[in-house]
Amino acid sequence: MGFSLNLTEFKNIFEELKKEYTVYAPKLFKNKGTYSDTNMVRYDEIHDIEDIEFDQKSHYSPKEVILPITQTLFYFTEDEVIEPKFNDKKILIFLRSCDIHAVKRLDEIYLKNGGEDYYYRRLREKVKFVLMQCEKSFENCFCVSMNTNETKDYSLFIKRKGDILFIEVKEEEFLSYLHNGKSEEVSPSFIEKNEVTANVPKDLDISIFKSPIWEEYASRCIACGRCNTVCGTCGCFTMQDIFYKDNVNTGERRRVWASCQVDGFTTMAGGHEFRKDKGDRMRFKVMHKIYDFNKRFGYHMCVGCGRCDDACPEYISFSNCVNKLNKVVKGEI
Amino acid sequence: MENNMYLPFRSKIINIKPHTDIDYTFRMEFTGDVKPGQFFEVSIPKYGEAPISVNEIGTDYVDLTIRKVGKVTDVIHTFYPGQYLFMRGPYGNGFDVNIYKDKELIVAAGGTGLAPVKGIIDYFSNHIDSIKKFSLICGFKSSSDILFKESFKQWNPKIETTVTVDKEEEGYDGNVGLITEYVKKLEIENIREANVIVVGPPIMMKFTVQEFINKGIKEENIWVSYERKMCCGIGKCGHCKINDTYICLEGPVFNYIKAKELLD
Repeated sequence: MGFSLNLTEFKNIFEELKKEYTVYAPKLFKNKGTYSDTNMVRYDEIHDIEDIEFDQKSHYSPKEVILPITQTLFYFTEDEVIEPKFNDKKILIFLRSCDIHAVKRLDEIYLKNGGEDYYYRRLREKVKFVLMQCEKSFENCFCVSMNTNETKDYSLFIKRKGDILFIEVKEEEFLSYLHNGKSEEVSPSFIEKNEVTANVPKDLDISIFKSPIWEEYASRCIACGRCNTVCGTCGCFTMQDIFYKDNVNTGERRRVWASCQVDGFTTMAGGHEFRKDKGDRMRFKVMHKIYDFNKRFGYHMCVGCGRCDDACPEYISFSNCVNKLNKVVKGEI
Repeated sequence: MENNMYLPFRSKIINIKPHTDIDYTFRMEFTGDVKPGQFFEVSIPKYGEAPISVNEIGTDYVDLTIRKVGKVTDVIHTFYPGQYLFMRGPYGNGFDVNIYKDKELIVAAGGTGLAPVKGIIDYFSNHIDSIKKFSLICGFKSSSDILFKESFKQWNPKIETTVTVDKEEEGYDGNVGLITEYVKKLEIENIREANVIVVGPPIMMKFTVQEFINKGIKEENIWVSYERKMCCGIGKCGHCKINDTYICLEGPVFNYIKAKELLD
């Protein structure tokens, strides 16, 4: 069911929604970009519909809403562990088709691989998706190659044209909010073509490990881990214990995002480390995204959002690497 | 609290047995199903968690042999019997004793690699009739690094045991040289049927497995146990993943047919 509303009408609805839901969406942070005089678009809690950035790709993915950058698992005293209190207010996330597909990948790991993750499930089951329209394919996007350009998995769809908002309601509970809206046929139009194509090789296997194509990354990659940080599907974490300065016998155990590209990801007590070479780390990441996740779960991990390419300070392109792999497999290089 | 796999339980240290200056065995209170080769995430709040394999299993305890080698284990080594550690687990697949029954078995262990296989050695030492022949080769850096000296005394008559240290030492009259040299010399009765378990540091495992293959042991009869960094033990944190395999879920014990595909 579809509706159109003007901004003022929607603001009232948004106020009602906020009573039930915490809303997260991409937001523009002026002059907060990586380089001077650049802006940053990232996820934040939204209080006003006008704060939502509809026109640009967010530099970070929405994963931080369900997989916080740091998440306290429990507090401890000397002989007791206590779970943190949980806010059970429901969550709405404004996101694009590729990002919805990315959450499915996180679900695969956190809900199905080796049992359910308690902390992830608690947040995840509160979440409803508001699909945002991609008016155009952004720089570095290759969602069409990864089959993530379309989705049916959303509760609401919202498109903004000037001061008019078009809304499709897929989940009945939201109809009550929109009783004043003007009925109209609304449905998302999806991106059908990207400028960038990634040809994922079909006959890939681990013999590609020996290919010299990984060597260039050994010198180009600086192991900063930005690609993992911005990726909507990277979900690795490291456990971290901290204690409070004023009482060192109390503290908390938390998990923090980890990066397979950064030193120490595989380092064990005693100092032994696997994949010291950054080319090997690139190979590990790329193969996870387009080969071994698929082998385990039946679909590719990468969703083609291109954020890793956007973020890399060394201009390493993931889609370029995939296309190179394809040429190696075909015997063209 | 339901199904929160990250919440550890408290376990009392029943006793502590030092083997070397840096290797102690902690006997921990535990009741429940656990297999040799499985591991626990052992922790001390403020310092963190570490995956530690089980080396002996009793009705109300598990033994964990812990080397003082990192942030968490340094602190564990300052603990006394009667104090508590936090644990969660057991995790991983562990060894399946049934695979090795009624056949010849050779275990080659390097250093602390002996800990995860000790449960298997104990089992067959107590059920020696359920195995055709059992040989054990253990390599240590030096004589002062030798673990489980008392256990060797129990195993020795029943199990053909070779202990070797890397270099000549004054006052030491035992075997000297790398494990691989003793694998070369080892007499195997039925080379096509014999099972082999190899556990130790990555380099030691690589060359020892190769030596067994050179002798004619079938790849499918070789078993290894892998050690990796693990933060969760339950397939989430990603640190131990190799290709499409999670060492914490499908391992740490692997048949060599699978293990040889696991390239880091």
